[in-house]
Amino acid sequence: MVKTLLNRFAVSLLLLAGVANAANPEPVRFALIDPLTGPMSVVGQPALEQLKFTADRLNEEGGINGHEIRIVGFDNKINPQESLVQLQKAIDDGIRFIIQGNGSSVGSALLSSINKHNQRNPEDRVVYFNYAAIEPSFTNERCSFWHFRFDANADMKMNMLTDWVAENDDFKKVFLINQDYSFGQAVSEAAMRMLKEKRPDIEIVGNVFHPLGKVKDFSPYISKIKSSDADVVITGNWGQDINLLIKSASEYGVDVPFLTYYGNTPGTITQVGEKGVDRIYLISEYHGDFTDPEIAERQEKMYKQTGWDLYPRVSVMLEMIKKAGDKAGSVEPVKLARALEGLQFKSMAGDVTMRASDHQIQMPTFISVLKNNMSHGAEGTDFNFHEVAAFNAEQATLPTSCRMRRPK
Amino acid sequence: MLETIVFSTLNGILYGLLLFMLSSGLTLIFSMMGVLNFAHASFYMLGAYFAYALGLHVGFWPALFLAPCLVAVIGAVVERYGLRRVHASGHVAELLFTFGLAYVIDELVHLFWGSIPVSYVPPDYMQNALFTLFGTDYSIYRGVTMMIAVFMFAALWFLLKKTRVGMMIRAALTHGDMVGHLGHNVPRLFMGVFGFGCALAGLAGVIGGPLLNTEPGMAQTLGPIVFVVVVVGGMGSLIGAFYASLLIGLLQTFFVAFDASIADLLGVIGISVDPYGEVTGITLASLAPMTPFILLVLILIFRPRGLMGELEP
Amino acid sequence: MSVFRPFAPWLISLAVLLLLPAVTGGSAVSVINVIAIHIVFALSYNMLLGQGGMLSFGHAAFFGLGSYAAIHAMNAIGDAAYAGEGFWAHFPVFLLPLVGFAGGALVALVVGWPFCRRAGTAFAMITLGLGELVATGTQMFPSVFGGETGVFSNRMVGPVWFGLELAQPADVYWFMAFWVFAAVLAMWAFTRTPLGRMSNAVRDNPDRTQFIGYPPRNVRFLVFIASGGMAGLAGGMAAVNYEIVTPESLSLVASGLALVMAAVGGLGIFYGPIVGAVVVTLMNSLLSDFTDASVLYVGIVFLAVVMFAPSGLAGGLEQIRQALHRAELARKWPGWLVGAAAVIAWILALVLTVELVYLIRHGDDKLAQALGIELDAASPLAWGTVVILLAVGYGLWRVTAKHREANA
Repeated sequence: MVKTLLNRFAVSLLLLAGVANAANPEPVRFALIDPLTGPMSVVGQPALEQLKFTADRLNEEGGINGHEIRIVGFDNKINPQESLVQLQKAIDDGIRFIIQGNGSSVGSALLSSINKHNQRNPEDRVVYFNYAAIEPSFTNERCSFWHFRFDANADMKMNMLTDWVAENDDFKKVFLINQDYSFGQAVSEAAMRMLKEKRPDIEIVGNVFHPLGKVKDFSPYISKIKSSDADVVITGNWGQDINLLIKSASEYGVDVPFLTYYGNTPGTITQVGEKGVDRIYLISEYHGDFTDPEIAERQEKMYKQTGWDLYPRVSVMLEMIKKAGDKAGSVEPVKLARALEGLQFKSMAGDVTMRASDHQIQMPTFISVLKNNMSHGAEGTDFNFHEVAAFNAEQATLPTSCRMRRPK
Repeated sequence: MLETIVFSTLNGILYGLLLFMLSSGLTLIFSMMGVLNFAHASFYMLGAYFAYALGLHVGFWPALFLAPCLVAVIGAVVERYGLRRVHASGHVAELLFTFGLAYVIDELVHLFWGSIPVSYVPPDYMQNALFTLFGTDYSIYRGVTMMIAVFMFAALWFLLKKTRVGMMIRAALTHGDMVGHLGHNVPRLFMGVFGFGCALAGLAGVIGGPLLNTEPGMAQTLGPIVFVVVVVGGMGSLIGAFYASLLIGLLQTFFVAFDASIADLLGVIGISVDPYGEVTGITLASLAPMTPFILLVLILIFRPRGLMGELEP
Repeated sequence: MSVFRPFAPWLISLAVLLLLPAVTGGSAVSVINVIAIHIVFALSYNMLLGQGGMLSFGHAAFFGLGSYAAIHAMNAIGDAAYAGEGFWAHFPVFLLPLVGFAGGALVALVVGWPFCRRAGTAFAMITLGLGELVATGTQMFPSVFGGETGVFSNRMVGPVWFGLELAQPADVYWFMAFWVFAAVLAMWAFTRTPLGRMSNAVRDNPDRTQFIGYPPRNVRFLVFIASGGMAGLAGGMAAVNYEIVTPESLSLVASGLALVMAAVGGLGIFYGPIVGAVVVTLMNSLLSDFTDASVLYVGIVFLAVVMFAPSGLAGGLEQIRQALHRAELARKWPGWLVGAAAVIAWILALVLTVELVYLIRHGDDKLAQALGIELDAASPLAWGTVVILLAVGYGLWRVTAKHREANA
């Protein structure tokens, strides 16, 4: 085994030497640490494919400052400890840019570990790009120069969602169901607090938590929803948990609206089909109307090539990173990070900004509902989400408690 | 309140029957051969995947019959060429073998069908409501599942009590050597029983796949619970396994439905505590996943032969 | 020279530990640290199974609980060092594995008595129940177990021993080297004590040991505590290495890993689990870079060992050692060599089959890409090669079988 390690090391040395001697600059590599196997792979795989798809397109435009973009996937099986093992592997492999999104539990471990690594290895710093771990503390109490978040956090989304709910007089009894960990608890807490402020007459008739990724049969929870007489359900469930929750609801003919953060998780639309029309609502960075022909074409191409639908915010993230790298004239982590702070970008949804004070992206957000006979359906069907409300970046913003320490 | 009770009962019974289908095969195998087949839940998973794959070509009902047969063949092969060889090395070696087998089957399923759940669903007409109670539909499929489980139990009872083969099995259970001396081919009987037990697991998979999601992790989720059923019911007792399955199915479902916390329960008997404290805030719903294992540990400490067992492990 | 003979393995091991970092590259250190943890874990498991005859499916409970004890202690050290006073301010991180040991042993002491009445299947079942109980119970006490996120800490706190600040994985290596040496020495010494010998006796003939005055239950209980303590020690090492502990460390998968490592290495020989830990850890971490089916290969190796080589890899090593000792190697090695060649042929056939199936089902194959080979699943050449390899292996085996038997 020592021999194997020795050989491997020798080979990598030779390769590196070879590459360094080549005329082209070295490729810039990004490690995606996400569940690539297991039941939660349904959210990790599309991210990997989207990154590769966008990387191909950006490489044709010259990559980042001339460096070719390469995406390397690391499977963490949604486990925080395994994620740190993969992080160390990526770092040992020479990768300095880490991308992750699924699970604030994993995000928390990565954030803590990367902070420690950068402190202990000042000449070898690593940057963490987060596209989906939206537990609010990462850009508030725990904010860090090395972390950038490319999705509206849970509080921001709940703020917009509750604004919308407040305007709707039909909603009088709300049922909350969430995963039992920091993110799910944040969703529930924000919902209760904001609803109380905006519509004190609304009654919370249920607030349940279930273990993350472990429940296979949601029928007991559905029967609780039924017996509570709720007229709307709010849930932050993602991955397998939203798939099965919606599946169970449609199986039992429960027809109250579900306001979800992740109703467009792959698999949900196929499970629910017609029974979800006008019932499943989604708050997200884009919608399924695809009024822009260029973006519509990308959706079709992506689905044909990879079998997954377009993942807008992941694509926007990579494009913003490219813009920052081009602006900084370098792919050195600290320089790129500095250029990313305060960067403005025009995405398919509108103007977005990476707020410098807390590294939280400020972007337009949409509430949409599942409809049939859409021009560009998701998951190979005719169903997709149709916009019912839009918030621009200013309306989406929330203040921050971040006091960031920056490197000199 | 009433609708919660009615639906929880129905769901609890359904889940319990599914557990029974799985554990009946395991009980048979254990009683006959003294082998606790760790890979039993993996055969369950194979049943679900085969039914899915076959169903794509021949339709739901033919797949329902074919998939368990296929699983039975695989089980027989495993017994003949794997288990029999390891049998000479003792019980520990057998357990290690079935453990490794479970591992390998899980990974093979991963290899063939990928890691994302497959869309194994019953035909459209079965997804309609059998009846609607309190505004909630109970699908035809669930009703069919219950019928199949009950039918299977009846068939099993008939097989064991009323047929010649059943008589041989019951005899070999306690007096294996004598049965051999009387001229019956005991190794072939073992192979048949192992295959049959695996077929039962496969049937459970065919039924359970649409209910509980067909994905490579399904064996790991149900595996330990099936062992609990066998041990709690009493190793060697089919009736015990039946009662234990229903008990666990109902308990788990009711615990989730009636989400009382320890504070609530204490409040019922007059003690008032902080409802959000870490210990007092523990709800029955969060205890639900632990219920089978609490039962297991309690039974093994206080009544090791299980509810209705005669053989002590 | 013969005075040193019994100490030879220890001196050699010491030399290997001291020289290892110089021989292998920097990135290998992370894997080596993990191997050290696994060596202690697997050896502690063998105290129960190989030496005591008690098959346990819940061993990770002690590992995990010891790990949690150590990480809470680490946090206590951090807090006390910051405040400048208190017991923990003077407790070095270096000694945290002892805290892990205490944690594991305490749990084993508390729960062990009712478990140890019977060995065999009943013991296996009850430990399965315990393991799952602990694993699912962690969700109920988030302040102790951290919920999905786990508990994290910083190891660079408190008094520094031996100049080890534990910043880089390379520093942690010396910490690991010390503890793995100490733990292996302790467990080996245990086998030489009367208790160690009695546990072998209880494994082989419990009724007889009862007759000579040593109740099997008492012996099993004491061994259970010792084994649980050593597992907790491994957990303490893990806490320092990862700086995070999650409920996954207690899971059935982790317990299974201990079993696989001990069995593959060889249950009946003391250093068997050491070999098993090295081989399995390397397979798990290195193979996954080259092939998607790495876990399948580990499972197949385990199954093959259980079916065909019950004394494990160490058993094979022992056979070679015995032959050397008895000067029989000269006549045995041709048979063995050809047998090994046959096994290699079969392994190649198996790998080729698995990768071909992968290619068919998933469209691309990692191993082929890594080796730069063009694999075509439709071509008869590929399948023909499989058949040829199988035949060659079979032929080699049969031809030399008689030779091996004659010289056995």
